[in-house]
Amino acid sequence: MDFNAFLEGFSIVAQPETLLYCLIGCLIGMLIGVLPGLGPAATIAILLPITYSIDPVSAIIMLAGIYYGSQYGGTITSVLLRLPGEASSVVTVFDGFALARQGKAGTALGIAAIGSFIGATVSILGLTLLAPLIAGFALDFGPPEYAALALLGVLLVATIGNGHMLKALIAAAIGLLLATVGRDSFSGAERFTFGSLQLDGGIDFVVVAMGLFGVGEILYNLEERHGKTHVPATVTNIWPSRSDLRQATPAIGRGSLIGFVLGVLPGGGAVMSSLAAYATEKRIAKDPSRFGRGAIEGVASPETANNAAATSSFIPLLTIGIPANASMAMLFGALLILGITPGPQLVDERPDLFWGVINSMYIGNLILLMLSIPMVGIFVRILRVRPAILAPITALITILGVYTINNSVFDIFVMIVFGVIGYFMKKAGFEPGPMVLAFVLGSIVEASTRRSLIIFDGDPTGFFTRPISGTILAAFVVVALWPVVKALLARRASATTSPSTESEHEESLR
Amino acid sequence: MSDERTTSGASGAGEPDILAELEAEVAETMAEERPEPGGPGYQVVGALVALAVGLAGAALAHGYGLGSLRRPGPGLWPFVVSVLVVVLSLVLLAIGRGLTDSERFTRSSLLPIAGIATFVGLGAAMPVIGFEIPSVLLCVVWLRFLGGESWRSTIVVSLVTVAAFYALFLYGLRIPLPHLF
Repeated sequence: MDFNAFLEGFSIVAQPETLLYCLIGCLIGMLIGVLPGLGPAATIAILLPITYSIDPVSAIIMLAGIYYGSQYGGTITSVLLRLPGEASSVVTVFDGFALARQGKAGTALGIAAIGSFIGATVSILGLTLLAPLIAGFALDFGPPEYAALALLGVLLVATIGNGHMLKALIAAAIGLLLATVGRDSFSGAERFTFGSLQLDGGIDFVVVAMGLFGVGEILYNLEERHGKTHVPATVTNIWPSRSDLRQATPAIGRGSLIGFVLGVLPGGGAVMSSLAAYATEKRIAKDPSRFGRGAIEGVASPETANNAAATSSFIPLLTIGIPANASMAMLFGALLILGITPGPQLVDERPDLFWGVINSMYIGNLILLMLSIPMVGIFVRILRVRPAILAPITALITILGVYTINNSVFDIFVMIVFGVIGYFMKKAGFEPGPMVLAFVLGSIVEASTRRSLIIFDGDPTGFFTRPISGTILAAFVVVALWPVVKALLARRASATTSPSTESEHEESLR
Repeated sequence: MSDERTTSGASGAGEPDILAELEAEVAETMAEERPEPGGPGYQVVGALVALAVGLAGAALAHGYGLGSLRRPGPGLWPFVVSVLVVVLSLVLLAIGRGLTDSERFTRSSLLPIAGIATFVGLGAAMPVIGFEIPSVLLCVVWLRFLGGESWRSTIVVSLVTVAAFYALFLYGLRIPLPHLF
């Protein structure tokens, strides 16, 4: 690890302007975590145009802050209102809300904030030490490895993410198809442009992301889904007692590790790690029946894990250039806008950006700890803001923002079209996440595949005979076939157990 | 790394139950906020739209020239992806009729349509008369008619919002939005 570059990163973060953007990012992250409606991916999508007008490193630091900040904010609604702002905070609801009903909401929030801070910091340390190593390893990757990796990334996000796997795969494949619109970089032939000059250069990633995520989610929320406001419980005594801390410490330790490891896996991230951490605590507890009735570990471990995972999901993006989830796909796109292709060369070519972003997370998490312990009262009050007031503001940010990219009204209409598509996809049960992720990786997959075929002289078995790409593709096959195997195993198991579980299983298949 | 996964993953004895239970519980909690599912018709239409996209993509890509594996033409990759879309859509059509992840359109689905109309209106009017007046109108429609706010808060929020955007874009970020004033 280049220690000078690491220190240089801190000097970038310490500049007042960068610090300010880090603070803004964390604040926005907390806010959208607390407020129902927009998730982090949609928020980052809506704010992508800002990368055109401010300093690149500050822009990425701010967008990253939105992502990990939202993990902190989501805790507050889970504990106080029983409304998980993010899927990764759902398990926190079980014990967090139970604690709140016992009048210990402050304790739950305090422990969650401390756990989040520790988990994230452990994860950043891991990121600091591991990322340069992984990047060094990945420098040897050629086109076949990149093609295989990107495909595996898309598949994992489709498999592990929300929603039905088949639908996610269809959305991802259509995303790959959308990425081919425009002039083919190999032959110069026009594809799917229908003679339109504006489509010649392809569809702009920012416009697609703002449409599918931003406008799609805004329209979806308009259906009075979050119409009513909730009056939260009062929060007192946010500092956890010493015995609470002692009880939560081992859970925080385990949560950090589980979160860090699962966060690295594409698609795994925050949701899976919070589930796994909660399950682990329940499994090793002396008295598992306490869980769901206000066990402090039941808040500490998932909140620690989802923050650790949110942080470590930066590893695949910064080291091999594969986004692990929809929010990382947004950051990937933001980097592309800045003319930076994320990948193993990032640490050597743009050490300012690489270390600036990583080191900003140390500062950002300190900021978030401040925001979530001494200043939590402010965010609890924000819960009373009616969603109807925020809706037109986000709508205006989106329309005016997309216009500023190219000063183009055409972009506004393309965005609206993708917004409508995103809305209908959500209504029909298709998640737009895999589509955007596949769209952003599409040109890499295609270009790498075609280059590989040229290297292999037209022999596709070449992908399997190279050791690294072969291993990745083997993993691809395992992941692709796993649901089928699991379904068969479950069918066999349910045949031997009681009929009630069988009917449940069929329910879940439906 | 693999150690971590197995302890938290599927291999523990009593664990898969806890994890599966949790997953079910999480799905239930998330489902509480969702409206009624749309039924088989929604699933079939969704799959058919995807199928149509795949078929159209395949036909067009075929026209661009597939080339050979040794010399891939511009149409080869989109053709392969389109065929994948077609195959997956057919599978979805066959097994997906009973899925419950769609959402029924209701009377409140008219709200997004009104929302889209205001988006289009702003996009069309902005180059002609600047962003200020259409933006205020959009806010008024969203707050008063889509959001059910009182007239007083509608007017206050609309004016403050547009004034803030004016200051932010034209003075803060120095981005030349088309403006009237």
